[in-house]
Amino acid sequence: MDSVALEVLLQTLISGLLLGGLYALIGIGMTLIMGVMKIINLAHGELMMVAMYMAYWLFVLFHIDPYVSVLIVAPLMFLFGMAIQKFLINPVLKVESILPENQVILTVGIGMVLANLATIFFTSDYRSTPVDYASDAWYLSDYWRGSPIELSLSVPWTVSFVMAVIITIALWFFLSKTDTGKSIRATAQDIDAALLMGVNVERMRLITFGLGAALVGAAGCLFIPIYYLYPALGGRFTLIAFVITILGGLGSTVGAIIGGLLLGIFESLTATYIGMGWAPVGRFAIFILALIFLPGGVASLLRRRRLGG
Amino acid sequence: MKRYAPYIVFALMAVLPFLGLSTYVMHILILMLMWSVIGMAWNLLGGYCGQVSFGHAAFFGVGAYTAGILYFKGGVSAWWGIPLSIPILVVEALIIGFICLRLRGPFFALATLAMGEVFRVTAENLRNFTQGTLGIMLKERTWVEKTWYYYIILGLSLFTFLVVRKVIQSRLGYYFVAIREDQDAAESLGINTTLYKTIALCLSAVLTGLAGAFYTNYMGYIDPEVVFALHDISIVTIMVVMVGGVATFWGPVVGAVIMVILAEFIRSLPRLGSAHQTLFGILLILIIIFLPNGIVGDFSKLKRIFGFGRRS
Repeated sequence: MDSVALEVLLQTLISGLLLGGLYALIGIGMTLIMGVMKIINLAHGELMMVAMYMAYWLFVLFHIDPYVSVLIVAPLMFLFGMAIQKFLINPVLKVESILPENQVILTVGIGMVLANLATIFFTSDYRSTPVDYASDAWYLSDYWRGSPIELSLSVPWTVSFVMAVIITIALWFFLSKTDTGKSIRATAQDIDAALLMGVNVERMRLITFGLGAALVGAAGCLFIPIYYLYPALGGRFTLIAFVITILGGLGSTVGAIIGGLLLGIFESLTATYIGMGWAPVGRFAIFILALIFLPGGVASLLRRRRLGG
Repeated sequence: MKRYAPYIVFALMAVLPFLGLSTYVMHILILMLMWSVIGMAWNLLGGYCGQVSFGHAAFFGVGAYTAGILYFKGGVSAWWGIPLSIPILVVEALIIGFICLRLRGPFFALATLAMGEVFRVTAENLRNFTQGTLGIMLKERTWVEKTWYYYIILGLSLFTFLVVRKVIQSRLGYYFVAIREDQDAAESLGINTTLYKTIALCLSAVLTGLAGAFYTNYMGYIDPEVVFALHDISIVTIMVVMVGGVATFWGPVVGAVIMVILAEFIRSLPRLGSAHQTLFGILLILIIIFLPNGIVGDFSKLKRIFGFGRRS
């Protein structure tokens, strides 16, 4: 392997890792909702799209940096998620019907409405947020003069990645150290047992959906400086989130993180070596391989290790 | 009476072209029949067997592209797509079934959704074979007016209706319902659930693909964005069945009529034309909350609400 090929490979791996960190944040939101509610939120990507428009308008109208707007958008998305749960999903949980998949179809309907409303209000133009650091990068040769290969690290990508890591760590603290977090995890493990232990399951559901929406909203803000924005983007990210949850193992937070990183790196590799247009196929190929060979996802591997050791 | 209802309805529909209906009305009728074929096919798998598919566009699109590629590469009439798509769809259904049928409930739904997208992206990228996003155009149409297209799709929907009814009233149908109600119980009673789910998927795929092959012939132009569309094919298919009535014979037909009229009506509204997905989505949400078994399935509930037919 000559130095150019090595450079391309390393650069691809780096951008895949950075992308994967953001993917992980999207996946965690979905996996939380799936774990607690036992439903798949097919409006997940659309929620992210809504958050991205919020961040976009905050930037355009009030010149609030997308990284700062996380603090505004995430709480708003939290409320929005709770409202969806309370007024749309809860009523359906009580309805008797032939097909139990009604709730999933319901979230599809919500996603459709959100995507279409965004098209009507904001047109389907591609927009990007003109932050002034958008194309800044750190170069390896600036720090190490005699470096045999040249690598670069985009500033916004790196900042987004670091913020995603910080949010993930904060979430981990919330879930493992606070009472509410513990109740959420109890609800995910066994609803009946949680009820018997005095956990307000109804409230936990509300909080979880809000939390999932807030997480994906934060991810949306972090995507704003590095990605363009258009109303139909939601569907793509819903699929990505779903692939991550399958890859990571359903309802497993650690699995979602690993799944996100794996997917990011894999997509980056397909885009570089096979072609940009095929990146989605690569995404699904890894998804199908995971379904066939590793149905429990990465989480099942972790669990097996723990039991075996 | 009930037994002959489909023949009577279809015989009445066969007379319709003699009324001298305008081309536009014929077009609407053809669309309704096409959607009822897709809806009935979906209903066989989703309604009776309980395997909710979010990716029926994969079958519709493959049917459409079989006809298109036979014309474009094989140089034969695109009508050959109708018989020749059957083996291709069976193979496709077996592959998709092998991957997706090991999943249950919502996970099956999402896996099929992903498969639908895989097929779309593949069709977009295999440019030598499918012309990519340029699409395939039939240079000459078989008939200028719509009468014959109408009879062909009418025959196809009668065929689909009878196949679905035959299957559901046979032993196979009871297996399907047993799998829907409780897969583990069905398995423990000795039903080979994987086998019967695969049969349901194959039947559903073939019927959907036939509608796709017809679509190519009728519209004369296909491209991946249209025939593999997630919202405009896969989700609308689900809506047709959900609105009409899950696991009923007539539900998909009723749903197709309502959805096609609704789509045309919304399109004709002066400023709301681009909002059709919003209105569809709101309709879907309302149906799921208030009429979870559709208009045909919850007909008694509707009767109670509106207070008609109380004496009967």
